[in-house]
Amino acid sequence: MGSAAGAIETTLWRRPRLRLSLLLAGPLGWLVVAYLGSLAVLFVAAFWQLDPFTAEVVREPGLGNFRTLAEGEVYRTIALRTIGIAAAVTVTDAILAFPIALYMAKIATPRVRGLLVVAVLMPLWSSYLVKVYAWRTILQEEGILNWALDPLGLSGPGFGNVATWLVFSYLWLPYMIIPIYAGLERIPQSLLDASDDLGGRPGTTLRRVILPLVLPAVVAGSIFTFSLTLGDYIAPQLVSNTQFIGNVVYQNVGVANNLPLAAAFATVPVVVMIVYLLLARRLGAFDSL
Amino acid sequence: MNLSGSSRWLLRVGTGVTLAFLYLPLLVIALYAFNERRIQTWPIPGLTLEWFGKAIDNPGVRAAIGTSLKAAVGATLFALILGTLAALAVARYRFFGRDAVSFLVILPIALPGIVTGMALNATFREVLSPLGIELGLFTVIVGHATFCVVVIYNNAVARLRRLGGSLEEAASDLGARPLRAFRDITLPQMRSALLAGALLAFALSFDEVIVTTFTAGEDQTLPIWILTNLSRPNQLPIVNVVAVFIIVLSAVPVYVAHRLTREEGAASGAAPAAAGEAVAAH
Amino acid sequence: MLDLRKGWVAATVALAMVVGACGSDDESSGGGGGGGNAKATATKGLVDAPDIKAMSSMGKGEGKVNLVAWAGYVEDGSTDPKVDWVSGFEKETGCQVNVKVGNTSDEMVTLMRSGKYDAVSASGDASLRLIAAGDVAPVNTDLISNYNDVFDGLKNKPWNSVEGKMYGIPHGRGANLLMWRSDKIKEDLDSWGAVFEKDSPYKGKITAYDSPIYIADAALYLKATQPDLKINSPYALDQKQFDAAIDLLKQQRGMVGEYWSDYTKAQAAFANGQTQVGTTWQVIANLLEADKVKVKTALPKEGATGWSDTWMISSKAKHPNCAYMWMNHIISPKANAQVAEWFGEAPSNRLSCAETAVKDHCKIFHADDEPYFDQVSYWTTPTKNCGDDRGAVCKDYSEWVQAWTEVKG
Repeated sequence: MGSAAGAIETTLWRRPRLRLSLLLAGPLGWLVVAYLGSLAVLFVAAFWQLDPFTAEVVREPGLGNFRTLAEGEVYRTIALRTIGIAAAVTVTDAILAFPIALYMAKIATPRVRGLLVVAVLMPLWSSYLVKVYAWRTILQEEGILNWALDPLGLSGPGFGNVATWLVFSYLWLPYMIIPIYAGLERIPQSLLDASDDLGGRPGTTLRRVILPLVLPAVVAGSIFTFSLTLGDYIAPQLVSNTQFIGNVVYQNVGVANNLPLAAAFATVPVVVMIVYLLLARRLGAFDSL
Repeated sequence: MNLSGSSRWLLRVGTGVTLAFLYLPLLVIALYAFNERRIQTWPIPGLTLEWFGKAIDNPGVRAAIGTSLKAAVGATLFALILGTLAALAVARYRFFGRDAVSFLVILPIALPGIVTGMALNATFREVLSPLGIELGLFTVIVGHATFCVVVIYNNAVARLRRLGGSLEEAASDLGARPLRAFRDITLPQMRSALLAGALLAFALSFDEVIVTTFTAGEDQTLPIWILTNLSRPNQLPIVNVVAVFIIVLSAVPVYVAHRLTREEGAASGAAPAAAGEAVAAH
Repeated sequence: MLDLRKGWVAATVALAMVVGACGSDDESSGGGGGGGNAKATATKGLVDAPDIKAMSSMGKGEGKVNLVAWAGYVEDGSTDPKVDWVSGFEKETGCQVNVKVGNTSDEMVTLMRSGKYDAVSASGDASLRLIAAGDVAPVNTDLISNYNDVFDGLKNKPWNSVEGKMYGIPHGRGANLLMWRSDKIKEDLDSWGAVFEKDSPYKGKITAYDSPIYIADAALYLKATQPDLKINSPYALDQKQFDAAIDLLKQQRGMVGEYWSDYTKAQAAFANGQTQVGTTWQVIANLLEADKVKVKTALPKEGATGWSDTWMISSKAKHPNCAYMWMNHIISPKANAQVAEWFGEAPSNRLSCAETAVKDHCKIFHADDEPYFDQVSYWTTPTKNCGDDRGAVCKDYSEWVQAWTEVKG
């Protein structure tokens, strides 16, 4: 190592702050300046207006778009539907993920555990679009689900909100299983043994010991299921007639050229997610990611 | 935990149900890769192998897979560098705004894909175009790296916290300069966490479609190719073939990574924790 | 189908607004005041077009050309080996053709705004928007040798020209037809009432085009069934007419099984019985018949909306020579005949009628039957300017979009 490099290293060693700044410069520089900066510019457009005569965007700040959104019942419906289904998907996935995560963490032999981890991760590799199309085939009128339920005299939900909920629950399930599994694995066996020794039945142990300890992990997983559903608009178009926030954002840009309204509506999921992230951090989820 | 036999069986059943739920649509995809007709109707009218031949011959697929691989490798490398840097800063130093870094790093992936895509596209057009760098593979890589960083970062921070800094301090007591200490002490200990994170970053980048649309020029990654071909009425079976092929192929790296991370005892928690970062391809 | 590119262009537009203090296209600010009392010259357009020059002479091909087109317009044999009018062009000119399929006019406008594409097959609802925004340049028709043979009924129309300047090359024209599964619906339908009337027997099996421009279809139906609304053009709707159309669509929503914008989706829906009746393009019917699904189509008695597409060249085209070569090729007799037959529309080149495989293709599609096409209301961008003596009280497209969001719910 040349003396120049040596000198640099010595300086670095002497100046922790300098080291720190160099470490942070790259990642923070990109994220704060480029990413946050462009987000800010984008959302400034939400305060502009569209002049209906010229169909051009007029750069005069105003709250017109937010007023339109607040007064229009349909926007409320769409926002509520999006958030509602996101919440439903999160809860569903948490419930579906728990048994398999518990099994993997506490009961499976190491070899089976390894296989299960692989088995849970593999569906992530198949294309999102192809999976949604497969669900179309399953859920459509003369599709697989109806064919299977027909002898029982039942019929499937067809396309619609229920279908969207099903598809999203399916798509994000591995993202819930893995954090919960990791969280359960972190619970030391000694705690569980202690609970047994103190006379707790498995149900009580579950309720009093495991659930509180695994909650941050559940919240961590929920960040992904919630945010992914909130921001998605491809699946709703394929398995329902209903609109999600993203669909509306899209429709307003284009021939309509109504970027201000689109940007205004896009603030809804962003605000929701930021609030959710702050809550999640409070619940310790960031340490369980 | 002492679970009764019946509870164990219940858990086994629950696991089986979940696994069945996870794999049923994949079986449907595999089945329709053999579909005789182009439209996916049920019951499947007939089986044929012709789509496999067509898929292999299709130059668009091969180019798209190549582009996706290049993008994923590039994005993973970028994410590794940025994520490790940020993780070292957060785990080893105290500074104002430390908590905010975790929050910031997760934003690209937590915010809706369309928003992230729009923001990145705006940046590329404003900053890079004047410099002569058009939208293309480079911008795709940077775009993917932006939301892949969180995967590496979280793993790295978790591992660094678990390791403590004592070995590094010992090294510097022995006269090692920071870079040497990092290279010889810290990095080897972080390796499995980074590897697991890298694997997930790779998967993330490979299947990402929304942000890619905003940041790709004329290049087509595999998901974009699939997107384009799904809206052409007669390419659906080829798309199914490609999807099946990718799933089957993916078992290999996932398994390998799992074996590698499993070997380090303390890392048995890291693999799933790392896998825990498997964030969506959005 | 999967409309992902909007935000991207939105970002571009946003940035252009913030950063590009120079060269903004707000020159059309004169349009608001002037539009209402426009002197009614025959060639006065509905928009004010920015000043962009057409190409003056043709140079050598650049080796490739990037197109945005409707599905089925640019076929290179990969859909069906017999359907190919691109490979020959590529060999002859050396211009490699890359095509991006747009599912709706919205998508196409967005794509063209990005400046990444050289030419677009724009329908009337997109063309004016593209012209007004300066995304497309006028076309020098002297450089297109086949232009002379284009039907006069397609030249200098309100949607493809402004003040006598042609902004594109007519591709063809056709109508949005009513299609039904003939094995499930035994009678021959002849009215849009089948999809609009409250008591339609096909509730739940109806499909409609998923785009705000579909409001015009409802307006067209009301033109025939509620004459006291005095609807003339289904694209120039004042408040009363607009509200009536929206009410009709909200009622229809309860009966719709599935909306479609992606023609694969429409094809699949008809094939598996999810949908049995609704609005369609002939190409979808062709594909279904090729897959042995029994369907029939008709132009209902109330008339229909339709399209007259125009190939337009981007003002930022990176491969303008290849673009001009493509435009000339696609309206050449043989190619125009091929695409007209495949897509199911009337060709724009009168010489194509002799080249069609089906001898009466032109007759079936009324290629030079101007009175027939008088029944078709071509897609046009709705603007505030009603274009008649009502002045500037009509609903502009951004209001159509908001209303459509409400309709779909």
